[in-house]
Amino acid sequence: MSSVLQLLLEGERLDTAQMAQVLGLSESEIEAEIARLEAERVLLGWRPVLNPARAQENIVRAVIEVKISPERDGGFDRLATRIARFDAVESCYLMSGGYDLLVFAVGNDLREVATFVSERLASVEGVLSTATHFMLRAYKEQGYLLLDPAEGSDKPSVSP
Amino acid sequence: MSQPGQQFVADHVAGLPRSGIRDFFAIVQAMPQAISLGIGEPDFVTPWHIREAAIFALEKGKTSYTDNLGLLRLRREISTYVERQFEVSYHPEREVLVAVGVSEALDIALRAVLNPGDKVIYHEPCYVSYSPSIKLAHAEPIAVATDAADEFGIDPDRVMAAWEPGVKVLLLNFPTNPTGGVTEKAKLERLAKFAAEKDLLVISDEIYSELTFEGVHTSIASLPGMRERTIFLHGFSKAFAMTGFRIGYACGPQALIEAMMKVHQYSMLCAPILSQEAAVEALKNGAPAVAKMKEAYQRRRDLIVRRFNEIGLTCHSPKGSFYAFPCIEPFGMSSIDFCQGLLRQEEVAIVPGTAFGDSGAGFARASFSTSYERILEATNRIERYVGSLG
Repeated sequence: MSSVLQLLLEGERLDTAQMAQVLGLSESEIEAEIARLEAERVLLGWRPVLNPARAQENIVRAVIEVKISPERDGGFDRLATRIARFDAVESCYLMSGGYDLLVFAVGNDLREVATFVSERLASVEGVLSTATHFMLRAYKEQGYLLLDPAEGSDKPSVSP
Repeated sequence: MSQPGQQFVADHVAGLPRSGIRDFFAIVQAMPQAISLGIGEPDFVTPWHIREAAIFALEKGKTSYTDNLGLLRLRREISTYVERQFEVSYHPEREVLVAVGVSEALDIALRAVLNPGDKVIYHEPCYVSYSPSIKLAHAEPIAVATDAADEFGIDPDRVMAAWEPGVKVLLLNFPTNPTGGVTEKAKLERLAKFAAEKDLLVISDEIYSELTFEGVHTSIASLPGMRERTIFLHGFSKAFAMTGFRIGYACGPQALIEAMMKVHQYSMLCAPILSQEAAVEALKNGAPAVAKMKEAYQRRRDLIVRRFNEIGLTCHSPKGSFYAFPCIEPFGMSSIDFCQGLLRQEEVAIVPGTAFGDSGAGFARASFSTSYERILEATNRIERYVGSLG
């Protein structure tokens, strides 16, 4: 894995100059590597990781299990991509097991998600069934624990 | 006039200096906004699977004493781990003792082997407790200086020159706190030969060994003939980020472990059982977490060493531990004045080298067990500080 990518994944907020210092590279080398990662679509974007309870308290999230019928030429890909294109879909994965696609959908309220499922998703040709589960509470978001007690550290600031 | 009660304090305790770290700590503690690179422990929290094992043990009601030597399950894991990692084999039932950190293991080792007036050679700069622990065992410390030109590795010739009648123990610590010094196998072999010639016992504190970034760590205990004259000390604090668990161990010939066990059983009885349970889990399943933390330390090391050298504080790249030990000599100040000035002016805490012995003069210890952002901010402030010194 590229050292620049590894550093980005560590998740500290560093600007290009700081990244250059950390990695012992020049700023232009960092920029070039980021440009390469973006061009090759290794790095897709720069969205922050939010605490859903604090930043998006009214947002409704649902996980939807979708069964679809594969197509002779494209397998699941064409239909999966078609479903993934909806704005309400945050993520979409092909799964092994009891259903085919796992869709993470988001809406401003319950009705919006319900409408998406019943009127958009379920009516796509090739979709056989859906099972929608609404998320109630987040405990960990992309590696960050949300309910950790306040980190008042007793660690001494100088120790042997 | 002395304080009430002072007349009861034993002479050899009254004569011990307070740790320079403690004095410095008192100042830093009053400045919560300061950036501290003074922390001698990992900034990582103990991996969850290890903490979870301790919680599970508590749930199961594991709240008793254990065998004085420690849980046999743990000693078996230690024996396996030490053999795999250090290529020296110890019998779990007779040659392994679980202690309350390496600090206790070192203390009981010294108390178990030293008679009043015996002498101990150790290398300096070193961990703050070595000289006091030797004195508390009524023995005499003999410091051998290591220096920057040698990246604070040990010079066997200096050790040999420091020998005098009465020396019984050679105390080693590689990689070294505070310098990150390591020592190559050839030098260890010379020291081993010397120890055999002079019939010395070697006590080897290898607490930072997993955090060796370059080369292969060799334990002196693994060299031919040395197993019988070495007490190998190790623990969980640094590699597994378990400082607060206070758990370590000693391995050695049965007679020495038996002697240490006597001191241990009458003073400590046993290490806390929950920490022992956590240690079992650490040895069984902790390797991936250790590897991940080590990688993080190495990247931070590269950053802090590069920054120190850029701003005029000559600093070797420590081959082990999570400490950088830059030279502050060109500024013509004592280590303490330099560090106190830095703290006052820029609110950055690093520890004066003299806290680790006289031969730490002209240096300071900066822990890189912290985030990139803090390392960058701290080194930027140090740059501004040294700029102001003209």
